[in-house]
Amino acid sequence: MADIKVEALRHVYSEGTPFERVAIEDISVEIPAGQFVGIIGHTGSGKSTFIQHLNGLLQPSAGTVTLGGQNIFETKKITHNIRFRVGLVFQYPEYQLFEETVYKDISFGPKNMGLDEKEIDAHVRRAAAFTGISENLFEDSPLELSGGQKRRVAIAGVIAMEPEVLILDEPTAGLDPEGCRQILENICTYKRETGATVILVSHSMDDMAKLADRLVVFNQGHIAMDGTPKEIFSHPEDLFSIGLSVPESTKIALELKHRGVDLGGPVYTDDQLVEAVLRYDRRAKA
Amino acid sequence: MEIISAENLHFTYPGDDEEALHGLNFEISKGQFVAILGRNGSGKSTLAKMFNGILLPSEGKVTVCGMDTSAEENILPIRRQVGMVFQNPDNQIVAGVVEDDVAFAPENLGVPPEEIRERVDRALKLVNMYEYREHAPHLLSGGQKQRVAIAGVLAMEPDVIVLDEPTAMLDPQGRQEVVGTVTRLCREQGITVILITHHMAECVDADRLMIMDEGRITADGSPAEVFSRVELLKKEGLTVPASTYVVHKLNAAGFSLPLSALTPEACAQAIAGALLPCGGEK
Repeated sequence: MADIKVEALRHVYSEGTPFERVAIEDISVEIPAGQFVGIIGHTGSGKSTFIQHLNGLLQPSAGTVTLGGQNIFETKKITHNIRFRVGLVFQYPEYQLFEETVYKDISFGPKNMGLDEKEIDAHVRRAAAFTGISENLFEDSPLELSGGQKRRVAIAGVIAMEPEVLILDEPTAGLDPEGCRQILENICTYKRETGATVILVSHSMDDMAKLADRLVVFNQGHIAMDGTPKEIFSHPEDLFSIGLSVPESTKIALELKHRGVDLGGPVYTDDQLVEAVLRYDRRAKA
Repeated sequence: MEIISAENLHFTYPGDDEEALHGLNFEISKGQFVAILGRNGSGKSTLAKMFNGILLPSEGKVTVCGMDTSAEENILPIRRQVGMVFQNPDNQIVAGVVEDDVAFAPENLGVPPEEIRERVDRALKLVNMYEYREHAPHLLSGGQKQRVAIAGVLAMEPDVIVLDEPTAMLDPQGRQEVVGTVTRLCREQGITVILITHHMAECVDADRLMIMDEGRITADGSPAEVFSRVELLKKEGLTVPASTYVVHKLNAAGFSLPLSALTPEACAQAIAGALLPCGGEK
């Protein structure tokens, strides 16, 4: 397992044309192996540009990305191979399903890695287990599955490469609450059992508060904030000012403070809020 | 006065064995803001497509502004009255300039040019996108694109706007822009709004909330009434707004807070009322 180190990363789209646009600039961040990092920021803040550098899809205009001390852009071969170690799940990944069967779709990645049949089969079965896809579905067409199942097959296709870094761009967008819950649980299971680093881009502050060890906040191509959910959600005004929000429970705690009930300490999950109110009540009665 | 009604509405997709809608009966009043919640595959989008005759009942009847959707001669008049907005704004924008896009529908309806100009300006002002009228739509944010799509529908001057998960692809700010815009159109312009969504927080300002599961309506009432049925919602793979969850938990621990507290403000007010001796007035 390897640490990620990003130094002075900058990316300019359409450089040297009238449409030139700096998407990210001055991005320096270290992500230790095994961390669960949440990335938040409004649309156009540079999140997607950033994550596409981590598996070599985009070449930096300046700066470096290293994985375990190895510059991932040093040679073409290194950049190519990095894709098996850093798996990237795009937004709406089910649009990229293309094989005739679920099994073939999940096995596409491991095949490209040059594994033999037996290893490929083992990878596919493990990936299906992680994402809760029954082996009964292996011979079905991925296009006939429900929305939530399609999404899980697409994620399984990336997990099947058994990457040590798993990056997901809005993996729950458009799913119902139960579908969201299953996908997030799948991701947590993969992380727990393999020790992989997980980098999750999401607009759901409530999910981020529950899952992430650390939050990195993007604004206008820069990192605006970087810290634990507790630290980040202690500064709601800063988040509001860049068009972001805080979890619902944090909003309720803020409203309580305005009304003279200071729960003390940051609150960012529903259960913390319930606990804090009960604690306040006990103290008041004592 | 009702503007949409469904009577014994059944629907089966061609080639499917199972019904997608199992005999729905309801009426929607003019000027109401109705939210429809339900998990993926519950029949919400199928129902939405009934409201302007994209789909027709296999059995039973849907009436819009007094017109039966099954009668072919009613389809065009119904589509002028019921505008649809879908999930992906990029699939709904047809022109290279915002105001041309908004003019697309009235042009097709044969509205005279001078009137088109007026309608386009008015529609863009109603969604707060007038200053972007000469911009290229593909350079706008998701929330802005959806507001242009809504303006495109408004330019037809419909009585009803149906929005099928219009915020699914948007960030929190974009979501707020879209939901705020349709709420305002309902309250200020008297347009009937039917909003289909997965986001509980978007339903709290609605007049009425319908829950769908497996092609049936399983709950129908004010958001406060419906969200108070926490156990039912959980069973149907839905969640409740955080405020409702917190109130529910605190009540289980001995508080007696009203389950009608759906927003952070109302929830805080209720909790403060219970915790502070003076009742929590600001």
